[in-house]
Amino acid sequence: MSILPQVVFVLILGIAGFFLSKRIQFLRRNILLGKAETRNDQPENRWKAMLLVALGQQKMFKRLVPAFLHLLIYVGFLVINLEVLEFVLDGLLGTHRLFAPFLGGLYTVAINVFEFLAVAVLVSCVAFLVRRNVMKVERFTKPELKGWAALDANLILVIEIILMFAILTMNATDQILASRGDAHYLVLGPLFFSGFLQPLFEGFSSGALVAVERVAWWFHIAGILAFAVYVTYSKHLHIFLAFPNTWYSNLKPKGEMATMPEVTQEVNMMLGIPVDTPSESPAEIGRFGAKDINDLSWVNVLNAYSCTECGRCSSECPANLTGKKLSPRKIMMDVRDRAEEVGKSLDAGGPGLADGKSLLGDYITKEEINACTSCNACVEACPINIDPLSIILQMRRYVAMEESGTPAQWNAMFQNMETSFSPWKFSPSDRFNWSDKLKEEEMK
Amino acid sequence: MSTYQVPTMAEMAANSQTPEVLFWVGCAGSFDERYKAVTQAFVKILNKVGVSFAVLGPEEACTGDPARRAGNEFLFQMQAVANIQVMNAYEVKKVVTACPHCFNTIKNEYPALGGNYEVIHHSEFLQQLINEGKVTLQGGGEFKGKKITFHDSCYLGRANGVYEAPREVIKALDVELVEMKRCRTKGLCCGAGGAQMFKEPEAGKKDINIERTEEALATGAQAIAVGCPFCLTMMTDGIKNKNKEAEVQVYDLAEMVAKDMGI
Repeated sequence: MSILPQVVFVLILGIAGFFLSKRIQFLRRNILLGKAETRNDQPENRWKAMLLVALGQQKMFKRLVPAFLHLLIYVGFLVINLEVLEFVLDGLLGTHRLFAPFLGGLYTVAINVFEFLAVAVLVSCVAFLVRRNVMKVERFTKPELKGWAALDANLILVIEIILMFAILTMNATDQILASRGDAHYLVLGPLFFSGFLQPLFEGFSSGALVAVERVAWWFHIAGILAFAVYVTYSKHLHIFLAFPNTWYSNLKPKGEMATMPEVTQEVNMMLGIPVDTPSESPAEIGRFGAKDINDLSWVNVLNAYSCTECGRCSSECPANLTGKKLSPRKIMMDVRDRAEEVGKSLDAGGPGLADGKSLLGDYITKEEINACTSCNACVEACPINIDPLSIILQMRRYVAMEESGTPAQWNAMFQNMETSFSPWKFSPSDRFNWSDKLKEEEMK
Repeated sequence: MSTYQVPTMAEMAANSQTPEVLFWVGCAGSFDERYKAVTQAFVKILNKVGVSFAVLGPEEACTGDPARRAGNEFLFQMQAVANIQVMNAYEVKKVVTACPHCFNTIKNEYPALGGNYEVIHHSEFLQQLINEGKVTLQGGGEFKGKKITFHDSCYLGRANGVYEAPREVIKALDVELVEMKRCRTKGLCCGAGGAQMFKEPEAGKKDINIERTEEALATGAQAIAVGCPFCLTMMTDGIKNKNKEAEVQVYDLAEMVAKDMGI
């Protein structure tokens, strides 16, 4: 027997591995362009968040129909990957259905389960294509989803459909060959789903069947490897990043904004509160707030790469619902696009962050961030705990503290607060007037 | 008969007294013409029940929440540190407030600046008083049997996970509580959070408070209950915009409880 197929297989595996590892390094570097932030506290709650939200899909089930279809694809992905293990070993060892002799009747059961899941994935992908392209569900028709984002989504669904067809075709032809007594092919028990495809191939010569079976086998395994590389360029990256993303969830109350300690010392000095003067000169203070991705936390950038653009955030955003330009999904897509741009520039020996562009300004406008009510609906809606609000508020800090570019009415509010300790222009000495009448009223 | 008492922390300290709880009034509670009625209603309840409380009076200043949300961290910390100094000087242990923005800021954001207090929202406080039997509702007042819907405030609900306390208070009034389509974790913002209260909205096809008011009206409720001064303003404006002010009223929880108690 020729070892050529094994050599080719090793080659394909090696090429896929090479591109994957390059791409993973690129993503890792891009994510770490963000500022350092330690989020390792409460490990038990972090594992819990990952198990419930990522593995358990808890938040997906706020919307039942897509949650159910997504669950089928997800379980299919996880379980069919067990079969991929056999594929890889077969490819390396030059064997066929390596596990079959060890598992006996169980093997047929397993293949039937895989086939059921393949059909479930197929049906779900078709349903998702219909939702996007025929029913035009509103959150899939927003402006930020035009062009590559829409193509990416459709490509993923079509590739998955083709891969599932490859499995079924392979099993159908494999079993016809086995029934014709080809020694290389093992007779399994009845296969329910691929059995429906068998009549299509009954008229084929054995030579043609072997060709179809092999093409399907190679197409499936090479397709999976190519898809794995494609995923790293795609919104589909959520299948891996959802796990670290939920582990690094914000576990604090959603309403809490992080304090900027670099401001506190100055505030204390202004208020005449004694401050500890640090013995060594403090580390250089960076920018206040965020103008570009390196001002954000690395968790914000991880969030962006984990986003699968489902748009549940924007469909619950009060600003977006009422026609404002703000879309939390677009904020996440912009952060990722900017990280990609900077990363590519760095790899090409270019200026990277110093390319004269920035996240705020070239990707995200002030009009967008100013429209946010900080209501946390987007954060609550995200099936994998992405936090667009954190990014919006950091950019507002940059605008207010570095640019003094805050809307005039907010500046007036700042002035009121500075002079009369209230956002409205009232005299502080009138603050207690509300009690005057009450103190004279007889208690009932 | 005696009159209602509104002791300040300064007065109490002068008499070497320490109240059990500081009632944080907030800027809307102090200055907003409509919302002052809520402050007064809550103080009446505190008097009636005999809660040992005090206010800061003229010593109170804005928590800094809108400045922080608008990006001005420096101004926020100026307000916060000054407030914390005052509260720590009075050795405040427990704070109650009717404003979810003040509640969130003092509870979650003051600890990082040295202000550590037990902070509860007045909906939780009222629920406790009802559960402990200290407030006994007649249930026969003007709300009896009426359809009432509750509008979740973002800074009470999603921000801090308080969804049931306000509903328990409303249910104790013997009314029919009807929920809007978007409620609890999915509650739609009134449009005023994140310092939006202090500027015109960006261009769009609709104002957020109108969207929310339409949803509230769709329930057929005769009153909208809120637990936030900004929500009260936004929903009241929405009702006026729809010319429904004769049919549908907007109340804070404390007003409803006080009315039921006949005070």
